[in-house]
Amino acid sequence: MPDAALNLKTLAPPPELRRPKLVPGERGLGGLTDHLTAFAEGKTPRWWWIMFLPAAFLAAVVLPSLLIYQISSGIGVWGNNQPVSWGWDIINFVWWVGVAHAGTLISALLFLTRQHWRTAIGRAAEAMTVFAVMMAGLYPGIHTGRVWFDWFLAPIPTSNGIWPQFRSPLMWDVFAVNTYLMVSTLFWYMGLIPDLALMRDRAKTRVRKIIFGVFALGWTGSARHWHNYEKAYLVLSGLATLLVFTVSSIVGMDFATSQLAGWHETIFPFYFVAGAVFCGFGMVLVLLIPLRKLCHLEDVITPQHIDKVCKMTLLMGCIMAYIYVMEYFLAWYTGNPYDSWVFGHRLFGHQYWFGGWIMILVNATLPQLFWFKKVRQNLKLIFVIAVLINIGMWFERFVIIVGSLYQDFLPANWGAYFPTWVDVGTFAGTLGAFFTMYLLFVRFLPVIAVSEVKGATPQADPHHPLGGAKGGH
Amino acid sequence: MDANRKYYGLVAEFDSPAAILRAAEKVRDAGYHRWDTFTPFPIHGLDRVMGLKNSLVGWFALLFGGGAFVGCMAMIWFMNDFDYPVIVGGKPMFSPPAAFVPSYILLVLAGAIGAFVGMIALNELPRFHHPLFKSRRFSLASRDKYFLAIGSTDPKFSETETRKLLAEAGGAHIELVEDD
Repeated sequence: MPDAALNLKTLAPPPELRRPKLVPGERGLGGLTDHLTAFAEGKTPRWWWIMFLPAAFLAAVVLPSLLIYQISSGIGVWGNNQPVSWGWDIINFVWWVGVAHAGTLISALLFLTRQHWRTAIGRAAEAMTVFAVMMAGLYPGIHTGRVWFDWFLAPIPTSNGIWPQFRSPLMWDVFAVNTYLMVSTLFWYMGLIPDLALMRDRAKTRVRKIIFGVFALGWTGSARHWHNYEKAYLVLSGLATLLVFTVSSIVGMDFATSQLAGWHETIFPFYFVAGAVFCGFGMVLVLLIPLRKLCHLEDVITPQHIDKVCKMTLLMGCIMAYIYVMEYFLAWYTGNPYDSWVFGHRLFGHQYWFGGWIMILVNATLPQLFWFKKVRQNLKLIFVIAVLINIGMWFERFVIIVGSLYQDFLPANWGAYFPTWVDVGTFAGTLGAFFTMYLLFVRFLPVIAVSEVKGATPQADPHHPLGGAKGGH
Repeated sequence: MDANRKYYGLVAEFDSPAAILRAAEKVRDAGYHRWDTFTPFPIHGLDRVMGLKNSLVGWFALLFGGGAFVGCMAMIWFMNDFDYPVIVGGKPMFSPPAAFVPSYILLVLAGAIGAFVGMIALNELPRFHHPLFKSRRFSLASRDKYFLAIGSTDPKFSETETRKLLAEAGGAHIELVEDD
């Protein structure tokens, strides 16, 4: 189309105003499709096995055996004690829920605000959400101790005649986490349907055709179907966006409604949402930076995307800094001696003082490096910062939970907390299970939302010369 | 056309979003009613050309979500206030602000399920078999080609005339697809 190319040139803005392309347009849509599905259809590379086997060992051997050991012996095999009755189980629960949040924020909130750059990273981030919520949901289940009574949490009629107690935020949490798991899975799966149809149409073997065909539900790409699909996607995004703000709020209320110094704060719901999104962006960076290289997607997940995620991380880091300052201010301003004790001991206590410093240095200070463009372009440095953010946010939960529990109102009741090997092993097991599922996702499904990315190219726009529009159309 | 066989209709292939949009306008202006387009991604403007009304999916979500919200409020009142009241910290047996939170969460859950179920039901999915899947080229509809199919049940359908229209609109690989 020589006239179309000419048209594009005359219409193009001057070079200084030109934005870098979100999606490389040189390939054409067919080439782009081949490129984006290449990894899910190609041979399994060696690096995949090197990562998969240890993760699968943790998931399939370590995690189940430790769960069986803990369930058959009791919570005593963990470090939980009196007064520290919430230990690594709840720390890891809050941490995993937090990791999940960025995925929903990227895929739902950025969809509603029409941020087209999200198309390239939305799918990978949503998968992270689904798997992280699974890991999060595991912890409260086993934390009950006698897991065979977990069904007491469900509002079903029993011979006991007693019902769940809906005035407790812990009960709200049961609803919130399960809803989060179901809605994020539904959202992820619905986004996958057109791409599953694509994989079905491209399948070379009968087995692949049948498997992808079943999960694609017979998607044809009919305009009538797209019409309903887009509406459903919009509704789901709106509802999932609500979850970004409610799930961690409710987790925060689990703490805030108690009377404990260090927990009893009105800022907690907001605090937990901000912390969750912050930690989640850290995990998105940890996953995306190697993923784009290993799956050869450097031209789709561009440094521009990483730059944008870094900016979001910076914003969240600043909110964390504000909250940390505000917490200290409130502890001083309320004049509550217990609050002052807890917050003073976060930084200068006999035990666990390092947690408070890690929390402030890593979560509030380190992301300030993202003010510099040089840092936002240095992928290796970003990766290191992102890993540190995840560790820092883990310590934040440690400081909040253990730091508030180990020295409560009665000095006679003071104690200490140390995790046992079972705590450590179970956490390693959940990390293994998360990465196992993530690696399987990367291997067998398109990690980029192909139809969405194609829809964001100029070739997909019927009024753009590359979309076939004639001059003046 | 073999009179003993049933046909789904004629399907034509187009190369660009603009081409299918123009073809859809032509088919609409020619007075056809039973026709559809198949594209790898939603093409904006096509729904208007095809005269698609606002999707009903939102109503599904509203009904499911609203029902769940009211149902959960009622459930909590029944359980904690009516059937087996237990005094906890001197709090009221039923208080809307506390019951709001789980009800709102269930609104989100049921609304999401409603949107999904509505989308599936309105699209008449899952349907694992489709006459168009028999067309060899149709698998490109998820890749980079755009298809327009005119159903044989359309009152204006005639193999020769419709084929001519599709060819004039710029369609390639025009194919008569069998139904079974």
